[in-house]
Amino acid sequence: MIDPAVVNLSRLQFALTALYHFQFVPLTLGLTFLLAAMETVYVITGKPIYKEMTQFWGKLFGINFAIGVATGLTMEFEFGTNWSMYSHFVGDVFGTPLAIEGLMAFFMESTFVGLMFFGWDRMSKEAHLAVTYLVALGSNLSALWILIANAFMQEPLGASFDPQTMRMQFHSFGTLIFSEKAQGEFVHTSIAGFVCAAMFVMGISAFYLLARRHREFALRSFRMAALFGVISTLAVITLGDAAGRLDYLVQPTKLAAMEGLWHTTNPPEEPWKLIAFPNDATRRDLFDFSIGIPYVLTPLITHSFTEAIPGIDALEREASARVENGIDAVLALEDYARTRDPNALARFDFYEDDMGYGFLAQRFAPDQDLAKVTPSNIRKIAAETARASIPNVFVEFWAFRIMIAFGFAFLVIFAFGAYYSLRNTIEEQRWVLRLAMWFIPIPVLVTLYGWITAENGRQPWSVFGWLPTFQAASTHSLGYMIFSLLGFAALYTIFIGAELYLMFKYARLGPHPAGSPGPRAVPAAGPAILRPGYAARSWE
Amino acid sequence: MELYAILKIVWALLLGVLLVGLGTMVGMDMGVGTLLRFIGRNDVERRTALNIIGPHWDGNQVWFILGGGAIFAAFPTLYATSFSTFYIVMILLLFSMIIRPVAFEYRSKVDARNWRDTWDWAFLISGALPMVIYGAAFGNVLQGVGFHFAWDGQYYQDESFIWYLLNPFAILCGILSLCLSVQQAGAMLMIRGEEPIYGRARHYAVTAGLTAAALFVIGGIWVQFIKGFAYVGAVDPAMAANPLASPPVTVRAGAWMNNFHAHPVLWLVPVLGLIGMLGCALSLRAGRPILGWWLGALAWIGTIGTAGAAMFPFLMPSTTMPSQSLSVWNASSSAYTLGWMLVFTVIFVPAIIAYTSWAFRVMGGKVRTETVARNDHSY
Repeated sequence: MIDPAVVNLSRLQFALTALYHFQFVPLTLGLTFLLAAMETVYVITGKPIYKEMTQFWGKLFGINFAIGVATGLTMEFEFGTNWSMYSHFVGDVFGTPLAIEGLMAFFMESTFVGLMFFGWDRMSKEAHLAVTYLVALGSNLSALWILIANAFMQEPLGASFDPQTMRMQFHSFGTLIFSEKAQGEFVHTSIAGFVCAAMFVMGISAFYLLARRHREFALRSFRMAALFGVISTLAVITLGDAAGRLDYLVQPTKLAAMEGLWHTTNPPEEPWKLIAFPNDATRRDLFDFSIGIPYVLTPLITHSFTEAIPGIDALEREASARVENGIDAVLALEDYARTRDPNALARFDFYEDDMGYGFLAQRFAPDQDLAKVTPSNIRKIAAETARASIPNVFVEFWAFRIMIAFGFAFLVIFAFGAYYSLRNTIEEQRWVLRLAMWFIPIPVLVTLYGWITAENGRQPWSVFGWLPTFQAASTHSLGYMIFSLLGFAALYTIFIGAELYLMFKYARLGPHPAGSPGPRAVPAAGPAILRPGYAARSWE
Repeated sequence: MELYAILKIVWALLLGVLLVGLGTMVGMDMGVGTLLRFIGRNDVERRTALNIIGPHWDGNQVWFILGGGAIFAAFPTLYATSFSTFYIVMILLLFSMIIRPVAFEYRSKVDARNWRDTWDWAFLISGALPMVIYGAAFGNVLQGVGFHFAWDGQYYQDESFIWYLLNPFAILCGILSLCLSVQQAGAMLMIRGEEPIYGRARHYAVTAGLTAAALFVIGGIWVQFIKGFAYVGAVDPAMAANPLASPPVTVRAGAWMNNFHAHPVLWLVPVLGLIGMLGCALSLRAGRPILGWWLGALAWIGTIGTAGAAMFPFLMPSTTMPSQSLSVWNASSSAYTLGWMLVFTVIFVPAIIAYTSWAFRVMGGKVRTETVARNDHSY
C-alpha cells in the first residue's frame, strides 16, 4: 500500500527544495553574462571603472552563487532519496542529461569560478576574461542539460517502455536533446535569468542613484542593465508564447488548466480569461464569474481562428476511456513479471499505450489493488481516475497569470529605465529609480511562478502519460519524511537569513570603499598592486 | 564477450574512478574542514587554511555531484535503491554538504567572533560527518543491506536505519575514510602553508595516515569473517538489467575473498593502498608534501579498489532477498545509455583533469598568513 501522506510530504519537500534552489539560479544564469559583458568592455576600453563594476557585481554574484550550489546538491540527490520508483523507471534516460550536466557544465563553471574570484592578478586580462566567459557558458550549459531532463518529464521522447527491464529504455539521444520542449524551456528559463539579473543590477544601481552615491558607477551599471533587460524581457515574452503553444500540442491538460477551460472552446470568439476563480471541486468558475477578452484565446494558443481547444470535460472523457485498457495493461505486465508468460506479454503489448492510466487508477482501486477492479466498480474508478488526470486548475490558472502580468510589468520598467538612461535624465526620474529598486526581488519570485505553472501543470504525472507521481515516490515512513522536512526547513531558513543579511550589507557598502560612507569602509590594504591576488579576491 | 557486458565492466571501473576522485578531492577539502579548529589556533591561521583550498573547493565538490549523476545514469537501480534505503544517512550527508559551501562563502564576510566560531563548528561537522558516512556506506554495502523489490521494481526496506549508523564494521570503514581525508588535507596544507600550519598539518596527517593503515589491515582481516555474496552457477553478464530476473545468490562467510583466490594479481590492489597510506605518512614526515599528496591519492585508489575487487560484480547485495542483490550485471543502464555516457566521459574527463590541473598551477605557491591577515574579505 502506498501511503498518500508520504507521497504528499515527498512532493512538498521536492517542491520546496526545488523552488528554494531556483531562487538563486536565475541570478547565476544572468549575472555571469552581465559580468562577462562588463569585463569585455573593460578589456576593450581599458577603463578601470568597468573592472570595478565586474568585481563589485561579482562579489554579490558570489554570495548568491554559494547557496545556489549548496541547494543544487539537494536536487541532484533527491531523485534517489525520495523518488526511487521514478529513478528506477526513467533513470536510463533521465540520468544521462544530469550526468552530462556535471561532466560538461558544472565542473567547468565551478572550477573557473574559483579562478574568476581569486585569479585577477595571476593571469593576463584576456585570460581572465576567458575565465569569466567560461563561468557564464558553464552555468548556462548547466541549465540546458537540466531542462533537457525536465522536458523529458513533460514530454517523454527518445525512450520507450521495456517489460524486460520494467523501465523506460533510452533509444534516441538526438530526439531527447533536440526535443522542441527542451529547447523551448531552456531559452525561456535561461533568458528569464537574464531578466532577473538585469533587474538586480538596475535596482541596486537605482539605490545608489537615489542615495547619490557612486554616481558614475551606478549610471553605467544602470544603463547596461536596462538595455539588457529590455531585450531579455521581450525575448522571454516571445518564447513564453512559443512554450504555451507547445503545451497545447503535447500537454493539453496543462493548457486547459492554465486557461481555466472547463469546456471545449468555441472558436473564434472564445474569450481569453483575465480574471476568474476556478473551483476544482465543482468544476466551474466561482459564481460562474469571469472577465475576459473575446476573440483572443483561439489565435493566441492555436495560431488560427478555427481550431477548438479541448476543455477539461473533453479531456476527462478521453482519460476515462483509457482507464480500463490501462488496468489490463498493468495486470498483464504484473503477470508477465511474475511468470514470464509470453501470452501475458502479448496482452501487455496490446494495451501498452494506456499503461499510465492503469497506474493512475491504482490508488482508486480497492486496497490499491487493480486485481480487485470489477465490472461493478470500474465506472466509479474510471471517473475518479479521469478527474485525477487534470492538474489543480486554480493554482495553474493563477500561477500562469501572475507570471504573465509581471512579465509585462518588467518590460514597462526596463523600457522607462532605458529611455531615461539613454536621454541622461534618469536621475531626475526618481519614481523610475524607486520602482526599479522595489522590483529587485520580483523577477526571481516570478520565475518561481513559471516553475509552478510548468510542474503543477504536469500533474498527476511525474513522467507525462507514463508514470503517476503517486507511484513514483520512495516507500519511506512518515517519520523519515518529517525528519528530513524539518531539517531542510531549519537549514534553509538559516541560509536565507544569512544570504539576505550579507546581500544587503555588501550592496549597501557599495563598490569602492573609498567613496563609501558605510561603517565598514575599510582601507582595503592599500593599492591593489601591494595586495597578493591569490589569498583574496583582489578587489576587496 | 558481448559489447553490453564490456560496457557494464567499463562503467563499474569508471564508477570506481569517480569514487576515488570524490574521496581524493572532496575528501581533501573535508579534511581541511575537520582540521580547521586544530590547525588554526586563531582566526588568521584558520583563514589561511581556508584560503589554501579557497580557489578549488567549488570545483572539487563537483566530484560529489558527478558521482551522484553518474550513478544515476549508469546504475539507475543502484541510485534509486541505495539512496532511498540509506535515507536518514543520506539526508545527514546532504545537510553537511549544503552547509559547507555556505560556510566557505559566508564565514569571513562578517567580522564577529560568534559568527566565525559558529561557522568553524559548521566546518568541523560538515567535514567529518560526510567522510564518516562515505566510508560507512562502503562498510554497510560490504555486509549487505536489507531490502527487496516488488514486481514493479519498487524497493522496500527491511531493516532499521539505526543499524547503518551503529554497526561496528561500518564505523571502522567510516573512520578509515575520515583518516584518509585528514591525510590528504594535511598534505595540501603543507604544500601551500607555512609554519605553524605546516607543522601542525604534518602532525595530524602522519597520525591519520598511520591510523588509516592500521584500520585498513584490521578491516581486511575482518572481511574474512563477514558474510559475502556469490552467484550460484553461471550468470550472463549481458543480461537485461533487471534485479528481479537474476540468478540465485549464496551468502557465506569469506565469499568476498573469492575474487582474490581466483585472481591472485588482485592482491596488488590492497598492497598499493597500504603503500599509499604508509608512503604518504613517510613523505609528509620527510617534508615532501607533493609526493605525499599523490601517495594519499594512491591510498584512495587502493582502498576503494579493494572494496570493488572483493565485491565485483556486486554493488549492493541484499541480505533479506539475496537473489535480488544489485550487481554490475543487473543494475546498470541500457547498452545505449552506457555507450553515450562513455562518449561524453572520454571527451570531458580528460578536459576536466586538464583545466583542474591548470587551476591548481595558476593558484600555486604558498599562502602567507600576513597577506591573509591584511585582506579583510578573503575566505
